[in-house]
Amino acid sequence: MADNNNIGPKRLVVGAHYGLKDWLAQRVTAIIMAIYTVILLVKFFLAHDFSYEGWAGMFAEQWFKLVTFVVLLSLFYHAWTGMRDILMDYIKPVSVRLTLQVATVLWLVGCAGWAVQILWRV
Amino acid sequence: MPEAAKPRPQFRNIHVTQIAKYRLPLAGLISILHRISGLLMFLFLPFLLYLFDQSLASENTFDSIKEFSQSVVVKLIILVLVWAYLHHFLAGLRHLAMDLHVGLDKNAARNSAAGVLLISIPLAVLVGLKLFGVF
Repeated sequence: MADNNNIGPKRLVVGAHYGLKDWLAQRVTAIIMAIYTVILLVKFFLAHDFSYEGWAGMFAEQWFKLVTFVVLLSLFYHAWTGMRDILMDYIKPVSVRLTLQVATVLWLVGCAGWAVQILWRV
Repeated sequence: MPEAAKPRPQFRNIHVTQIAKYRLPLAGLISILHRISGLLMFLFLPFLLYLFDQSLASENTFDSIKEFSQSVVVKLIILVLVWAYLHHFLAGLRHLAMDLHVGLDKNAARNSAAGVLLISIPLAVLVGLKLFGVF
């Protein structure tokens, strides 16, 4: 076999080799969100009344803004890997799939911008 | 490369229209619900960000969101999204455990699948009750 991308006589090796990277990113972002979820869930059940002061006060701290922002970025990345899987599984025409994938990425990047605005306005 | 160009076999996923007819094992049910809950949250992302935005923007918008969530339809949507989040979270923890080769055999996998349902649904109800001010 003269071609470099052939391993063995039958198998054509293709792909961008992003599979492992995405698999790992999906796990890492999941763990980040899981920790945040547990902390917020405990805070939620311990809260006595839900006032604007208490809610906005929580997000007034710079460190909490940053932590929340990192968690939201994890969420958007995680949503991308998940949506990519779904689109690859069910949308077979390449043109439609690619369009939807690009739309998903653009939408999620837009969401990240929105998240910045929401958090740093408090 | 004539040999490499041979068409490869395709293994299609269960189509959406077939889901109802399939008798999935418990682990399969958890798996498809993981996917559905994830998609649901993605589709409702603008709604959730809007709620988050309004809840933090000012005291007035906070109050109007409170007013808005008094309607039964909105309460129901929020409850479904709470369930989706908790199901996705717990089924995800199950995945992470399996990545570490914990609970891979048939019985353990079935039990953990049942565990996801037994925790996610009551916990969603509990969060809903707390959120809507019952306790």
